Amino acid sequence: MNVNAVVSTRASEQDLRAQEKAAKKAEKQRQRRIAKDEAAERKRAAKSGFSNPDNPRRSMWLTIVVGIFAVYSLFPFVYLLINATKTQSDFTSTFGLGFGHTFALWDNIVTVFTYQDGIFGRWLLNTIFYVVVGAGGATLLAIMGGYALAKFRFPGRKAVFAVIIGAISVPGIALAVPQFLLFAKLGLTNTPWAMILPSLISPFGLYLMWIFSEQAVPTELIEAARVDGAGEFRTFFTIALPLLSPGIVTTALFTIVATWNNYFLPLIMLKDADWYPLTIGLNQWKDQASTAGGQAIQNLVITGSLITIIPLVIAFLLLQKYWQSGLAAGAVKE
Amino acid sequence: MKFDKRIIAMVGAAAMLMPLAACGGGSNSSSNSGGKTSIVVWSWEPTLPATVKGFEKANPDISVKVTNAGTNKKEYTALNNAMSAGKGAPDVAQIEYYALPEYVIRNNVTNLSDMGASGYKSFYTPGTWNSVNINGGVYALPMDSGPMALFYNKSVFDKAGISQPPTTWDEFYEDAKKVKATGNYITSDSGDAGFFDSMTWQAGATPFSTSKDGKTVTINLTKDPKVKKWVDFEQKLIDEDLIDTKTPGWSDDWNRGLNDGSIASLLTGAWMPNNLLSGAPDASGKWRVAPMPTWKSGGTENSENGGSSLAVIKSKDDAKSKAAYKFIDYVCHNKAGIKTRVDAGAFPADNNTLASSDFLNMTTLKDSKGQPNEYFGGQKFNEVLAQAAKNVVPGYKFLPFEVYARGIYSDDAGAAFTDKKTTLEKGVATWQDHLVDYAKKQGYTVKE
Repeated sequence: MNVNAVVSTRASEQDLRAQEKAAKKAEKQRQRRIAKDEAAERKRAAKSGFSNPDNPRRSMWLTIVVGIFAVYSLFPFVYLLINATKTQSDFTSTFGLGFGHTFALWDNIVTVFTYQDGIFGRWLLNTIFYVVVGAGGATLLAIMGGYALAKFRFPGRKAVFAVIIGAISVPGIALAVPQFLLFAKLGLTNTPWAMILPSLISPFGLYLMWIFSEQAVPTELIEAARVDGAGEFRTFFTIALPLLSPGIVTTALFTIVATWNNYFLPLIMLKDADWYPLTIGLNQWKDQASTAGGQAIQNLVITGSLITIIPLVIAFLLLQKYWQSGLAAGAVKE
Repeated sequence: MKFDKRIIAMVGAAAMLMPLAACGGGSNSSSNSGGKTSIVVWSWEPTLPATVKGFEKANPDISVKVTNAGTNKKEYTALNNAMSAGKGAPDVAQIEYYALPEYVIRNNVTNLSDMGASGYKSFYTPGTWNSVNINGGVYALPMDSGPMALFYNKSVFDKAGISQPPTTWDEFYEDAKKVKATGNYITSDSGDAGFFDSMTWQAGATPFSTSKDGKTVTINLTKDPKVKKWVDFEQKLIDEDLIDTKTPGWSDDWNRGLNDGSIASLLTGAWMPNNLLSGAPDASGKWRVAPMPTWKSGGTENSENGGSSLAVIKSKDDAKSKAAYKFIDYVCHNKAGIKTRVDAGAFPADNNTLASSDFLNMTTLKDSKGQPNEYFGGQKFNEVLAQAAKNVVPGYKFLPFEVYARGIYSDDAGAAFTDKKTTLEKGVATWQDHLVDYAKKQGYTVKE
């Protein structure tokens, strides 16, 4: 009896295993069939000249090219990370992509913030200040201007459009010298105004907000608000703003990055190190290595650069989902 | 709750704007604030800020703001911008000797003779005094100097079997071959106009000169046999691949080469020690200083490389000009002011310091943390450098548009070094043509 029972359980175990095997096999076959169908569909789609976005054709070459680009764009960042851990002596004596003899990252960070009476902290605060006031102001102006251009009809609208399109095509660098002469006449060079006032204008941001407002804020909604007795400002702040938020994030990201990385404008406008943004300050540290009697501090320049890009990386990670949805908004009529 | 948020936002916004309000006056606009005259100084020299404390203590009615202009080229660009805008120029500017004539001719700097500088002749080395004296006026005070010297890595020279540093250029050539045999280069040059000037100056050439009235410029690079002497020598080194022509000076690679010995020596100004200490820290103890090799055995001729003066920029505000002169007098002529900078590593331009035993007996440099470092292996390196300053051949003149000239040198002659597509002789001839063209366009009468 006992023996029989054992045999029977064994038998049922074997059955189970066989069943499992069969199920796996069937599943595999099913997958293979699906893959085959998909491949056939991709082929058909490719033949007809279009590809199906839900079932894209895989391309080894594209993967390789994208991989190369990924390495290429991450390369400087890896270089920064590695070299921020080196002392000045290791920096000049060891291989650029290998680690040094000592791990000095923490030391470097402390030195960056204490070197020359801690002026790096001041540069960091200056940059944040320029970004908050300059980029923040630019975003606000772009939103209001863009909304007004999209939703109100007034004489001169076409002219404004022409001016903005023209302004986008003029590179900022070309305007830098006239701007400098203008600001010098106004006595504003060497003051933070020289950095903030030009940052307040973002033709691209305005254009973006204009297009975005046109699509994202239904005119019927504004009409309904007016019928209900809301004033223009109330309509704008309570009804239009929430609808515009993806666009606002996009514009804000663009202006923040532009202001944070702004180099040429402060380079010619500012001479007083107390008002430098990080870009100019770090460049001055870099210059020390090439002046007579100067002290080479590449380890601090590298570590400072790493610290400089971290806030931007954080901003992108936090805001990128808004940005993606913002870029696609208005493309499809829903 | 909403109300609270709004208040917080408004307070925040107001706080952000505070620094703006504080800067309203600007650092260099108001001249007399609270009875104090404030002046702005532009320089890139690292030891100058240290003098401000001592000066303000001695002159409580003047406050000084030193602005780091980055590098020499950046400062000249900013100066030219400010001068064409008519606003925003500093009260005092660091100007290298080679660039000074340009600002004198454009009438941008104040003649200091009447302010008391005319009697300073015996105070400074002849080379530097000669450089600030232009057309009978004194237009700046010498701040430091850069007599040329041969800085060399003794351990590499030892490995190459060179027991004594070369004293003539023939020996230098032979030694270059020996160093090359060890897999290193004796020195590097990838086409540097400042180096060209220094080397032709040492060879005894005077390719440039300007007439007293400042209207006629002589540019004679191609026909001066002494220019050719150096050009031919350098070409020989390039042709036989005895010098490193690929590594640009002052780059990270260059520092690396100095650090690991693959660039075994430098022909450069006396201000180099501190650059070596921070740029090539691992080579500490290996380097030595020797006088420049000369063209004839037993010769002593030397020249300068770099070196700067402090000039008072012309201003309508008399109080500022006077305060500015007081400051440069303190930095360049006052014993305490000079000592502050020399202690921090600057190379002086005055005879007293160059002859003082404190200076001559120095065997250490101070590193970034203030620790003494026997970079030159305990050698009394300043003895060599002070003698080098005395041996500078006087009479070399710079163009009245030297900053521009140096800017285009590498375009014209650089190819002789970097890809060897042309010869240095041809490159210099092209440079000459472009300089003549430019001078004519600027309204000078040109003699070739």
